[in-house]
Amino acid sequence: MPRPEARFESVEAAGEKLASLDYIADDGLATGLFLAVEMGKPLFLEGEPGVGKTEVAKVLARAFDTPLIRLQCYEGLDINHAVYEWNYPRQLLAIQARSTGSQGGSRTGSDNPTQDIFTEEFLLKRPLLQAIDRSHDSAPILLIDELDRADEEFESFLLELLSDFQVTIPEIGTLQAEHRPIIIITSNRTREIHDALKRRCVYHWIDYPSIEKELEIVRRKVPGLEDELSREIVAFVQRLRDQDLYKLPGVAETLDWAAALGHLDAVRLDPEVVVSTLGLLLKYQDDVDKLKVEAPSILKEAIG
Amino acid sequence: MASPFLANLLLFGRTLRRAGFPVSHSQTLDLARALELVDIGDREQVFHAARGFLVSRREELALFALLFDRFWRKHSIGDSAPGRKAPPAPRHDPEAIQRFRDVSYLSARAGAGDTEIELRDRSQTYSDDEVFQHKDFSRMSAEELAELRRLILEMRWRASLRRTRRWSEDRGGSRVYLRRMLRDAAKHGGAPLHLARRSPKTKRRPVVLLADVSGSMEKYARIILQFFYGALHGLGAGDVECFVFGTRLTRITSSLRIRNVDRALEDAAGEILDWSGGTRIGESLGIFNRHWARRVLRRGAVVVIVSDGWERGDVADLGREIRHLHHRCHRLIWLNPHVGRPGYEPLVEGMVAALPYIDDFLPIHNLQSLRALADALASLPSRKSIRRLPAAR
Repeated sequence: MPRPEARFESVEAAGEKLASLDYIADDGLATGLFLAVEMGKPLFLEGEPGVGKTEVAKVLARAFDTPLIRLQCYEGLDINHAVYEWNYPRQLLAIQARSTGSQGGSRTGSDNPTQDIFTEEFLLKRPLLQAIDRSHDSAPILLIDELDRADEEFESFLLELLSDFQVTIPEIGTLQAEHRPIIIITSNRTREIHDALKRRCVYHWIDYPSIEKELEIVRRKVPGLEDELSREIVAFVQRLRDQDLYKLPGVAETLDWAAALGHLDAVRLDPEVVVSTLGLLLKYQDDVDKLKVEAPSILKEAIG
Repeated sequence: MASPFLANLLLFGRTLRRAGFPVSHSQTLDLARALELVDIGDREQVFHAARGFLVSRREELALFALLFDRFWRKHSIGDSAPGRKAPPAPRHDPEAIQRFRDVSYLSARAGAGDTEIELRDRSQTYSDDEVFQHKDFSRMSAEELAELRRLILEMRWRASLRRTRRWSEDRGGSRVYLRRMLRDAAKHGGAPLHLARRSPKTKRRPVVLLADVSGSMEKYARIILQFFYGALHGLGAGDVECFVFGTRLTRITSSLRIRNVDRALEDAAGEILDWSGGTRIGESLGIFNRHWARRVLRRGAVVVIVSDGWERGDVADLGREIRHLHHRCHRLIWLNPHVGRPGYEPLVEGMVAALPYIDDFLPIHNLQSLRALADALASLPSRKSIRRLPAAR
């Protein structure tokens, strides 16, 4: 047994476990997650921003009580920031210390001050190397977040890593994972990720949740909110997703908004409070301007 | 696992491939393994497992659900249902066929009068000819258009450079390259003999081309597509996106990628329903802003819009969308075939609404203007402009 504890009994068990940690997954996600863990494949999550892609990895780490290692992708991400880098300042200091030490006369050990500066002591382990590090006693969760932001070059490197879970450092040798990490990859689809990479993964598109699921999420994540208010919030947001907006509100926005309304001690939604808090739901000024006019009628449709 | 089941699975994989899904055998085998793990009596679980392994794009989800449903309805409960051999692929969709007919007619019309004559031997005279350089596209004869086409293909396109966030070694670089220095130093017993330097790498900017192909622009449409085709291949296919619009927006990047000009133009015409419809520039740009902008306006993209600004929709919409677009690209270039005409002033309502947000307002009516555009694209300033340039004459 490579991973004795880090697995789910069944698809249903996966869904229930996540729910017990307040993550409401749809059946497709529960199935995908179960299979990804069971078969040792990465889970590739795509979806609009704010639907809870990153959250899956966080919840999974809690479910398995295992460390979460996160690699946030960005433009220009390279091997030195994703895998490892030598600690140059420390290396320089070490060289200097040794050479001044040897000038002082007390020659201990080697004459070569650069000996042993390419050892693990001087190695900065970046997320991907951390993930295959042998110090873990169970499989960690490796979250590769927003892969679409990294350059294409990085993808091909990732493809290599995913096939054998080992990293070769010329000065040290090949490091191999003892416990293969459970990998979650997310993408906001600002560009298409290469098919070769996707095919190695279990793919799941996270959609906006249904009205019932979203209500359940609000209830769990923003406790203490009047039930009627939660219903209205979710009904309004769901309506909003049918509107012609530059960016539709995700679940994250619903939760922010619900929390804000909770702080404002709102009991029911009314046009005034909606308009004054639109900034929490909509991320573009153009959308806010548009909704300032239309919100009252949308609200009316949503809550009758 | 029961072997009829596996056979069905392979058959299903084949069905998907026929419908255009890029399903590999290894994916099918992965799924076979996965199905041993889930509850095979639970249709939902089987569906979700199959989707997780066989689908890798959002666009494929709906079609997959349909195919899955049909296939397993037919194959699971015996073979009693006398189904068709395979579910129809999207290309057999009658609506699509009708659309194809519409456009083949329209493209034939747009192409009428274009006789295919190669004029290689006379090219020298044409390309040097001042009159030809400055002749308005709309007044060219078929022969001249053919020559123009060849010259457009020969033009060299280069997008200007932008700094990336990656570094590479560069002797004249401004920063010290510690990584290289330490490697070197290790060879010389720790003495850093050589001061390595680095500088940021540069890359070409992505370019997004959007052309109006509606009624008032019809006579320029083919030449514009020709220009798109040339630019697409000249700039390197990965970094150019092409769209056309009239009453709606169509992405034609993939059809223009096909290597042969005529085929590409034919195909592009096949995707455009709008040759000579009315223009809804604001609405089309709105669709671009909502559905494409986040995906194609990456990394300091340059946007080029070709239109005369005749807007049939709401001019206020156009103003809003162009402002949104302006804020999200590195530079917004608007090409208008009338700009080069003596005495032209941008008085059309749509043009007036758009002008405040345009960085460069340039002509596109003759070969010379196209060359000027190529130069402009290759030498854009690296900073985003705050203030728009004065409109070109």
